[in-house]
Order: sequence, then C-alpha cells, then structure tokens
Amino acid sequence: MTQVQIPEMSCRELVELVTDYLDGALAAGDVARLEDHLDGCDGCRAYLEQMRDTIAALGHLPPESLSPEAKEKLMAAFAAWREER
Amino acid sequence: MPHEQASPGGDGGRTTGTGGDEERIAALRRGDEDAFRTLVSEHGPFLMRLALMHVPSRAIAEEVVQDTWLAALNGIDRFEGRSSLRTWLASILLNKARTLGRRERRVLPFSFLARRRAEGRDEPAVDPDRFQSARDQQPGAWARPPIEWDSPEERLSSDEARRVLLEAIADLPPRQREVITLRDISGVSAAETCNALGLTETNQRVLLHRARSKVRAALERHFEAEEIST
Repeated sequence: MTQVQIPEMSCRELVELVTDYLDGALAAGDVARLEDHLDGCDGCRAYLEQMRDTIAALGHLPPESLSPEAKEKLMAAFAAWREER
Repeated sequence: MPHEQASPGGDGGRTTGTGGDEERIAALRRGDEDAFRTLVSEHGPFLMRLALMHVPSRAIAEEVVQDTWLAALNGIDRFEGRSSLRTWLASILLNKARTLGRRERRVLPFSFLARRRAEGRDEPAVDPDRFQSARDQQPGAWARPPIEWDSPEERLSSDEARRVLLEAIADLPPRQREVITLRDISGVSAAETCNALGLTETNQRVLLHRARSKVRAALERHFEAEEIST
C-alpha cells in the first residue's frame, strides 16, 4: 500500500491560512500540516503570534459613545416617532 | 431598509445573542421609552464605533447613528428576529454609510478609488519579498522572518499603536474594513457578519484575512521603525 505524499506546507503558504486556522475552517489534514510546520518554524510561530496580538488589540480599542447632545436629540426623535405611531 | 436575511446559524460571537431582543422589541413596539433608552445604551457604543470606522468625521458618524435608530424604529414592525437586533442595526448603518460614500465619491481622493478597485484582486498576506525565491535554497520559506513582539499587550495599547491601527483600517478597501470592524473590533460572529453584509462564509474569511494581514503589517512596520529610532 503506497501513501500519497502530501508536500510539506511552506511559510508562504502558511501565512495565507492563518484566519482559516483560527476560525476552525481548515480541513483536518491541513490543520495537521500547519501544526507540523509550526513545530519546526520560529518565523511562522512569530507570525501567528503577531496575528493573534493584532486581533487582540483590535478587540481592545476603547469604547466610543454618542455625545450627550446627540443622545438628547435621539430621545426627542423617539418621542416624535411615538407620537406619530 | 435592508431585508433581513436568514441567519446561517452557528452563532458563537460575544455580541450576537438574540436573548432578550424579543422582549425589548415588543416593548419598543408599545412605545416604551425605557426600553429604547436601554437599547441605545446597549448598542450605541457599537454603532458609534462602526460609524466612525466608515465615515470621515465624528459629526457625520453621530448623524448616521441617529438615522440608523430612526430607520430601525420605522421598520420595527418588519423586524422578525431572524438575525440579532445588533446585526440588523449594523446592516442598516452600513447601508447608510455606503450611500454617503457613493454621494461623496466625487470629492474622495484618488487613492480611495484605487483601493476600491484593489478590493477584488488577489493580494498576498505578506510581501512576497519576505520569502525565498525559486532560485534560493528553500523557495517559499522566510527570507526575512517576523520576530515576536516584546510585551505586545502593553505596546499595542499605546496611543501611538492605536493610531497606527486605526489608520491601517481606514486605508482598507470598504468591504475589508466592514468585515474587520464587525469581526475583530466589535466581536460579531462569522455567521452574523455574513448575515449583516450578505457575504458567503468563504468570502467573509478572505476579506477578513486580507484586512488582518494589512493591519499586522502596519504594526510590524511601526514597531520596526520604533526600534530603529530608540
């Protein structure tokens, strides 16, 4: 019985698969190839970490809010809407 | 008013639960002011963030948010709860921002139009020059590998890094910007993002990956420049 030889994943290929990997959208075989590659590649581990750091930073931007004046205007618009209903 | 689309399901995001929506919408239909105030404080910051990422000024963003709430109130009887209220609000807001963008296209800088055209093209996540070429020993392996960032959490929360991050997002083509704002900034699930933007799962992931890759590259350039100057 001969097994089909699946070529190793290159760094260049790996960087295109990071979002699929993090979203759990990669096929099991590709996950195994990707993780095999990570085991032996400092550059790709650093790349994956940088992507994770980037995503975390995006999720931690300070919240925004409407100005008190805009909120007041909005409540007035609500009252007008209710009148017309 | 965009049509509400059926949710592809599998919602796992931190902001997409429809729990509680039903009750609040019923209260809103009755004209309950407290229910409206609660909704505004729950979704207001999310909508304001979304608007700020897609229009040129805070004043316009506030207007777009206001218009979004009004459109939602006027359409509340047609809301069927097939998507979460938050997703529905997001799709109303983004439609308004897009209309605004089209109206202002004439005055937009050339680079913006170039970005819009670039949207569909196949863009590599990393500059191809960073990899070894076919003539090198290991084609496709790093030639200039990235280096792990020191204390990333601290460095990435500096005002300077945040400015770089927001500028990188502002530079993205519109669809990529919409996806990364929903997914990574606002924590909307993949399924709800597809729903709000009318994208397939695959398309959504491609846009997200391109967007994230560019933001990462901008941060890397920023950190490298910082290291040279210190």
